[in-house]
Amino acid sequence: MAAPKKNGQQTVWFQNQPVILATATIVGPKEGQGPLAQTFDKVAGDNYYGEQTWEKAERRMLMEVMQTAVQRAGLTPQSFDCMLAGDLLNQIISANFVARDLGIPFLGLYGACSTMYESMAVGAMLIDGGFADYVLVGSSSHYATAERQYRYPTEQGTQRPLHNTWTVTGAAAMVLARQGQGPRITHATIGKVLDLGQGDPMDMPSAMAPAAADTIARHLLDTSRNPDYYDLFVTGDLGVYGRELAIKLLKQKGYDIAGRYIDCGAIIYSPEQDTHAGGSGCACVAVVTCGHLLQEMKAGRLKRFFGVATGALLSPTTTQQGETIPAIAHGVVIEA
Amino acid sequence: MTQKFDSLPAEIQKKQYGEMVKEVKPPPPVIRNVFWAFVVGGLVSVIGQLFFNIFQNWGLGRLEAGAAMSSTLVFLAALFTGVGLYDEIAKVGGAGTIVPITGFANSMVAPAMEYRSEGLVLGVGARLFTVAGPVLVFGIVTAWIIGLLYYFFR
Repeated sequence: MAAPKKNGQQTVWFQNQPVILATATIVGPKEGQGPLAQTFDKVAGDNYYGEQTWEKAERRMLMEVMQTAVQRAGLTPQSFDCMLAGDLLNQIISANFVARDLGIPFLGLYGACSTMYESMAVGAMLIDGGFADYVLVGSSSHYATAERQYRYPTEQGTQRPLHNTWTVTGAAAMVLARQGQGPRITHATIGKVLDLGQGDPMDMPSAMAPAAADTIARHLLDTSRNPDYYDLFVTGDLGVYGRELAIKLLKQKGYDIAGRYIDCGAIIYSPEQDTHAGGSGCACVAVVTCGHLLQEMKAGRLKRFFGVATGALLSPTTTQQGETIPAIAHGVVIEA
Repeated sequence: MTQKFDSLPAEIQKKQYGEMVKEVKPPPPVIRNVFWAFVVGGLVSVIGQLFFNIFQNWGLGRLEAGAAMSSTLVFLAALFTGVGLYDEIAKVGGAGTIVPITGFANSMVAPAMEYRSEGLVLGVGARLFTVAGPVLVFGIVTAWIIGLLYYFFR
């Protein structure tokens, strides 16, 4: 007999739907000049954010959003049963060091750019399962820390290809609770790792689009829902071209979501900012979800959406060794 | 409702998807890139020639003027990298900035700047040659092989 809260193959439904009590976001200057500038709580003056290194800056950003979200929920760090967080840096040091300073029982997660939604899904399970009253969830990324780890030094004279995406500098945090007022997480769909043979580390969207399409299709199948059940489908960082690929792949699977589908990476920067294909990084889907999307929900313009965060599960080593890029996508349903 | 695509064998899925990606992905603007690489790379050479002429005018012999010119270009490339201008020029110039000696200077200064935070020895010292290292290795090995061939087949 199937597990009682399981829908189909990869989706779970929540009986005691966790509530999103509060969120907080911060971004770097580039994002603060983009079309969503007004939706972010804070815009840092520069990528160092007053710190000696970019890594410290990223940590400070993550720390601040976590503290702000906790305050906004009217709680203290001691109130929390668990903290779930991750980032792009080796050994997820941003999350680790922030967890050290917050002192909340900590489960570090890594899903590359899907980490925020992975954390939301697991956090929701902890709450619905009766294992936690309050869960703090968050993620961060930083253009410079990602570039120096995955690609080239930032002052190196390279030409970025047109399909390249720009790592978002920023962080977001969310407080999930067993009781209270706010949008609710109703379902989560855990993704499988997919690899359709794309291997260009400068083009992660092409590697991730199949995973996004797979998770969306799987969710709709598992829940027996049609696309028009949702006001909006959201993907994390497929960018302009990855979004097109996802639409095509879903059409092949029999679903047409083109009219109700946005990608966070495609809307976080304006074309004038010349980022080529759009935004990426853990913070991309995190700041847009915790900022713009939940604000739309609060304003009554968005009632329910299925958000899918995508992650490219590569490392600089696998690329050098000639491997292709496996990807994953985790989805969460949020209803007003 | 799971359609035919999912039930195809993995290799065919990959191939079909690869073709889909090719259709959607924007092609690199080759003509524009080639044009600007030519213009920028040419300008670097023109500037080099200018310095060469200036140094000769100041009384330096051919060899010394050449060395002085190279040093000046390397200095300028390092300076531009340091103030954050080099990568802006490279965005347009592409290969025109990477190929000449200026590209080599940039490839050393860029990691040097970046890895300050990891200390002088293991940070700056070790990382100085991350990009330039292969250039040196393969350049020297090739020169050695050519020298050997020249010696035997002269």
